[in-house]
Amino acid sequence: MSASVMTSGSVPGPAKDVAGSVSLGRRRHRTNTIVKALCVGATALGLVFLASILYTLLLRGFLGLSLTVFTTSTLPPGSHGGLLNAIVGSLIQTTIGTAVGTPIGLMVGTYLSEYAQGSKLGDAVRFVSDVLLSAPSILIGLFVYAIAVAPFGGFTGIAGCIALAVIVIPIVVRTTEDMLRLIPVALREAAVALGAPKWKMIVLVCYPAAKQGIVTGVLLAVARVAGETAPLLFTSLGNLNWSTSLAKPMASLPVTIYQYAGSAFEDWVQLAWVGALLITFGVLAINIVARYVLRDGK
Amino acid sequence: MSQAIAASAKRPTAFGDALFAGLVKAAGIFVLLLLGGIIVVLFIGGLPAFRQFGFSFLTSADWDPVQEVYGAAVPIFGTLVTAVLALAMAVPLAFGIAFYLTELAPLWFRRPVGTAIELLAAVPSIIYGMWGFFVIVPIMAEYVQPFIIDNLGELPLIGDFFQGPPFGTGIFTAAMILSVMIIPFIAATMRDVFSTVPAVFKESAYGLGCTTWEVMRSVVIPYTRVSVVGGIMLGLGRALGETMAVTFVIGNTNRIATTIFGPGNTIASIVALEFPESQSGSLKLSSLLALGFILFVISFIVLAISRMLLKPGAKS
Repeated sequence: MSASVMTSGSVPGPAKDVAGSVSLGRRRHRTNTIVKALCVGATALGLVFLASILYTLLLRGFLGLSLTVFTTSTLPPGSHGGLLNAIVGSLIQTTIGTAVGTPIGLMVGTYLSEYAQGSKLGDAVRFVSDVLLSAPSILIGLFVYAIAVAPFGGFTGIAGCIALAVIVIPIVVRTTEDMLRLIPVALREAAVALGAPKWKMIVLVCYPAAKQGIVTGVLLAVARVAGETAPLLFTSLGNLNWSTSLAKPMASLPVTIYQYAGSAFEDWVQLAWVGALLITFGVLAINIVARYVLRDGK
Repeated sequence: MSQAIAASAKRPTAFGDALFAGLVKAAGIFVLLLLGGIIVVLFIGGLPAFRQFGFSFLTSADWDPVQEVYGAAVPIFGTLVTAVLALAMAVPLAFGIAFYLTELAPLWFRRPVGTAIELLAAVPSIIYGMWGFFVIVPIMAEYVQPFIIDNLGELPLIGDFFQGPPFGTGIFTAAMILSVMIIPFIAATMRDVFSTVPAVFKESAYGLGCTTWEVMRSVVIPYTRVSVVGGIMLGLGRALGETMAVTFVIGNTNRIATTIFGPGNTIASIVALEFPESQSGSLKLSSLLALGFILFVISFIVLAISRMLLKPGAKS
């Protein structure tokens, strides 16, 4: 009886409604295909943005690339200046900023991973470091201006280095903590079992084991601060003359690019593109190297 | 005697340990002080402005260096509007990228594409500014804005938001550049949390006959929604404080725009532009530091929420 009822089709339900389920299935698969296509489109769009940036930089920057760019300092418009002082200034500030920020970041990362498990202070430090990692860099510039520029009455290269160091710290903290945590307990126990004190265990066993990850973090920090503009505007200001003195305003590539790109002189805008090309490809190259280092280590 | 040797050998060890522990702990406290210092310094710097204008500093739309009257309403408005608009554009795209990278792309293809998207985050802010100004602005002025004005400008109620002269620069263009800049952050977080979903959950859904999209919608997103929101907040935090890229394209006008193509400014852009023209100790400089303090408070709240949501164990 039940069979006859079922074949008569009077029992409602998706399983029996053949036409209905076919159209439902078709609709589901159509939605699926549309969403998949949109996702591929989104990814393609992201890649197009990157390609467009690189293409623009190559197109506009390559024309002005010549030896003078590296051998001459910035000069008034129309007199074939280069970017030497900006390049050197960027190198000096990035190097000192990283050199100051890295040891502090390394120590904080060590504290978080090795000493502060579950402690309230450790949680607070980790939270604050994460906030600093994403905090607007312009505010770090304002902060350093207020503590290191305004009281001493002038913009200095050293203030720029301090601002960059503040940006470096949280980046190094993040990678150091993550990498130290990956080290197997057995390795630590082996060191302790040999009678090594904790600090020797950390410095002689954990650091070498986490070396690649830590180097990656430092490289990423270098790449990040090399392109920073906003904090340097308020600290080292930029300098159109040749100067390597840390007690005076110091030029840097990003700030020079900013000043030149907005100017009305064609050769300055051209130089800004050359600078942009140099800084972007430099930064991207460091990023790729950093990834390569990390992948080799794993 | 052997005990004496053991003791003397032990003492420098204990001392070394205590020294090292003290050093790293001091470094941790230094980071705490650093953040505290930023808050305090910005607040003290902004105090003259807060004192002079009181609460109306937040609500006044004036920015008049001649009469020394300053208000933060326009930059705060611009900061929030550009960041939210940027988020509205970035989230769907970032989701699409994360979905593609975790579920759709062939395995050998995931790493290079993922790296390329991450490289978008490495491009310096100022490069986005130049790219935006020299490449995107002309496209916007020539094609995108006239098209939107023609097609949406006549709509009732919302049409007014899509009108105005197509200069190319303005709030909408700034939000677009910002969205490109925050896509990699949101996409990377989404990709990482999507890949934490246990395979057996997804396989069960596939076993019931679900399509890829249905698995994503009904299994992966519900499982990861807290962290996904955390990633979005991280993107928002980044968008709020972006300086150089926005300064190039937003038009830099201290007026509350009535359309999304109108010019405006953000806290970060006004600070970057007005700072060189303000003297040390002036009320203007104090107003800029006060703006910095407000920006810090806003981004601190957003980043704190983001971190709470992304903390391991918050997924439920």
